[in-house]
Amino acid sequence: MRMRDISKSFGQIQANSAVSLDIYRGEILALLGENGSGKTTLMNMLSGIYFPDSGEIEIDGEPVVIASPKDAFDKGIGMIHQHFKLVNVFTAAENIILGLEDEDAFDIAAACGRIRAICDSYGFDVDPDQKVYDMSVSQKQTVEIVKLLYRGADILILDEPTAVLTPQETDRLFAILRNMRDDGKAIVIITHKLREVLDISDRVAVLRKGAYVGAMATAETSPQEMTNMMVGHQVSLNIDRPAPVDPKERIRVSGVTVRNQEGVVKLDNVSFTARSGEILGIAGISGCGQKELLEAIAGLQPVEVGSIEYIHDNGRSEQLIGKDPLEIAALGVALSFVPEDRLGMGLVGNMDLTDNMMLRSFRQGRGIFTDRKGPRHLAEKVVEELEVSTDSISTPVRKLSGGNVQKVLVGREISSSPTVLLSAYAVRGLDVNSSYLIYDLINQQKERGVAVVYVGEDLDVLLEFCDRILVLCGGKVSGIVDGRGATKNEVGLMMTKLGGEEA
Amino acid sequence: MFDLVSFIPRAVAQGIPLLFGSTGEIITEKSGNLNLGIPGVMYVGAISGVIGSFMYEHSFADPTQMNAVLAVLIPLVCCLLGSLLMGLLYCFLTVTLRANQNVTGLAMTTFGVGFGNFFGGSLIKLTGAEVPSIALSATSRLFRTTLPFADSTGWFGKVFLSFGFLAYLAIIIALVAAFVLNRTRVGLHLRAVGEDPATADAAGIDITRYKYITTCLGCMIAGLGGLYYVMDYANGVWSNDAFGDRGWLAIALVIFTIWHPEVSIPASILFGGLYIIYLYIPTGTNLAVKELYKMLPYVVTIVVLVFSSLRNKRENQPPESLGLPYFREDR
Repeated sequence: MRMRDISKSFGQIQANSAVSLDIYRGEILALLGENGSGKTTLMNMLSGIYFPDSGEIEIDGEPVVIASPKDAFDKGIGMIHQHFKLVNVFTAAENIILGLEDEDAFDIAAACGRIRAICDSYGFDVDPDQKVYDMSVSQKQTVEIVKLLYRGADILILDEPTAVLTPQETDRLFAILRNMRDDGKAIVIITHKLREVLDISDRVAVLRKGAYVGAMATAETSPQEMTNMMVGHQVSLNIDRPAPVDPKERIRVSGVTVRNQEGVVKLDNVSFTARSGEILGIAGISGCGQKELLEAIAGLQPVEVGSIEYIHDNGRSEQLIGKDPLEIAALGVALSFVPEDRLGMGLVGNMDLTDNMMLRSFRQGRGIFTDRKGPRHLAEKVVEELEVSTDSISTPVRKLSGGNVQKVLVGREISSSPTVLLSAYAVRGLDVNSSYLIYDLINQQKERGVAVVYVGEDLDVLLEFCDRILVLCGGKVSGIVDGRGATKNEVGLMMTKLGGEEA
Repeated sequence: MFDLVSFIPRAVAQGIPLLFGSTGEIITEKSGNLNLGIPGVMYVGAISGVIGSFMYEHSFADPTQMNAVLAVLIPLVCCLLGSLLMGLLYCFLTVTLRANQNVTGLAMTTFGVGFGNFFGGSLIKLTGAEVPSIALSATSRLFRTTLPFADSTGWFGKVFLSFGFLAYLAIIIALVAAFVLNRTRVGLHLRAVGEDPATADAAGIDITRYKYITTCLGCMIAGLGGLYYVMDYANGVWSNDAFGDRGWLAIALVIFTIWHPEVSIPASILFGGLYIIYLYIPTGTNLAVKELYKMLPYVVTIVVLVFSSLRNKRENQPPESLGLPYFREDR
């Protein structure tokens, strides 16, 4: 399959310009590029979601037109999107057969049989009758893959498939992908994680700012070379970890238990301290209480028992439970949470950059009038310093690409010069360059004496970046390890079993 | 003594327009369109039928000379056409132009009621009658024709066989709608469109086509409710504003039935019963109490809304993208 001189623009923004790309059967191609470099757009044109403004697509030497997702299916192209395309209230089987126009009668039972056959041959674990909303992220992803196979796809495109998986689930996914490659299928995987590129792909293609930079065999390249191609200039790949300066206890959490609205215990007797000038990493499989923990500290989550104290420089401590979020924020506790859909918390999609900056500062200003000047300067500063790519600061945030949205959010939270920075998934889905910018920003805060609580999903980064790592497992503290001595294996085990012991 | 045998047929007759309306709205909502124009559509359906039958009936000096088949078909087709036009208008505005569904729906209700009253008033002027209403009794008699042996079967006939064909049609449509929604590929695709159009689109389903077809079908079904009201329930008498707020009750029923057309059959009869129960509960001369009983359907609606929003089961929630326009390249 080849793509020739593909271009696509959204209004003023040129998402792809004259990209040419070859995809071969029996090969895993990694598509690499910074946020907003047009990887997803390019692949969306293959799967019929977008239509290219110009350019040609050939499959097996035949020029083809892919005008709709249905055309793509007919050509054997299937794409797994970053946000899963699954109907929540449907069962796995209903989702898999959705959109098919078979000649034979509508028969879910027969479909379930075929689904089980596919699962058996590739080693998937899918219950066709399970509802999607009951599934874990990795199960949903498996359903997506089965869906494509059920339709007989032989060109599979995966958009950041590992962003939401644990290391173990990622390994399982990669084993499946290799299986399918050996079966003669063409696989394209979009990712930011260089380690995964090296791990899984046979060939790498790099995009930068919508243009094709080059491709090479994975075996002949190095992370440094790939990063340079992606960014266009030299980047250092080491995360700094300055030694903590004069650490003092800042937040003391003891015996905190939190239940969610359905009465399920999300945090169970959690105790730890966060110290100033130090980064406390929080590791755990997603949904193990990370979100609740940060929200409890920020006053957004009612705490059943336990205490959360804020300790001033002079040693005086203050109870945070019972205070409203505004009072807690006034103490200098800043929360920047990047949810899975990135926009869900903290930013308003339809408002522009300046207005989003104002969400923090709208209480300032004279009388009933708001101060717009400050936020405007702040927005300009964030755009400049974090290299946010946007038309202007009056562009609605939802029009920015995912990574840029995050830079805006993190930039705003840091700008409030907090004493405690709670940051969750700050680099979720960000490319290498932007991630390092964010790490630098957080390190600057650390040197300023801010107590940083950093929830992350990439264990490698946590191990390189954090001074101490708190591991959560099912809402309980599985252990706290020193970031400088711990190994990935050790933390990985603690994530799945309490204390890391063999069960 | 509470007269059940005479109460039930009246409750059913009250319930049938609601059943048409709610079935139409349920399938519309399943496609993700929240059509608040249903009350207006039912008005338009009713007046279109009335106009058709008025023209036909008045082309004869003696209405009993009418061709029975034509006398039923003409109002029926007029009604379907009128409601179809309303459906197309709604789809054009909300699907093609992506206008706000709530505003469009409310505007269509206002328009539909006004449209009905305007043409109703004009026809009344044409007849030059003393009373502000049009009586199409000959046509109505045809619509209310029951099975010949219905009268001879006692209470059974009264409860089950005393209705015109439109009432049975309403029940059949509701059952067919339930079957299609839950048991067929088309139904699966339709539900996917209403739940998650982006997913349906990626699966190769034509969103625009599904939305147009179901919304227009929904409007035509709802329009029949208006026709039934005039031709059967009201004995062919059109007077302005007589249809009242039944359209809104039909929309409330959609939530009451948690989007199940088959549940709508007993539910609309229940609502129909509540609508007229004040006539059957002896209140003596105390009119205030009577007015309180008239509130019952609305009170029940509110209570149901409270309870249905308390329930958390995922299947019982409204279609996820209800009320939202879909644009493929939007991010």
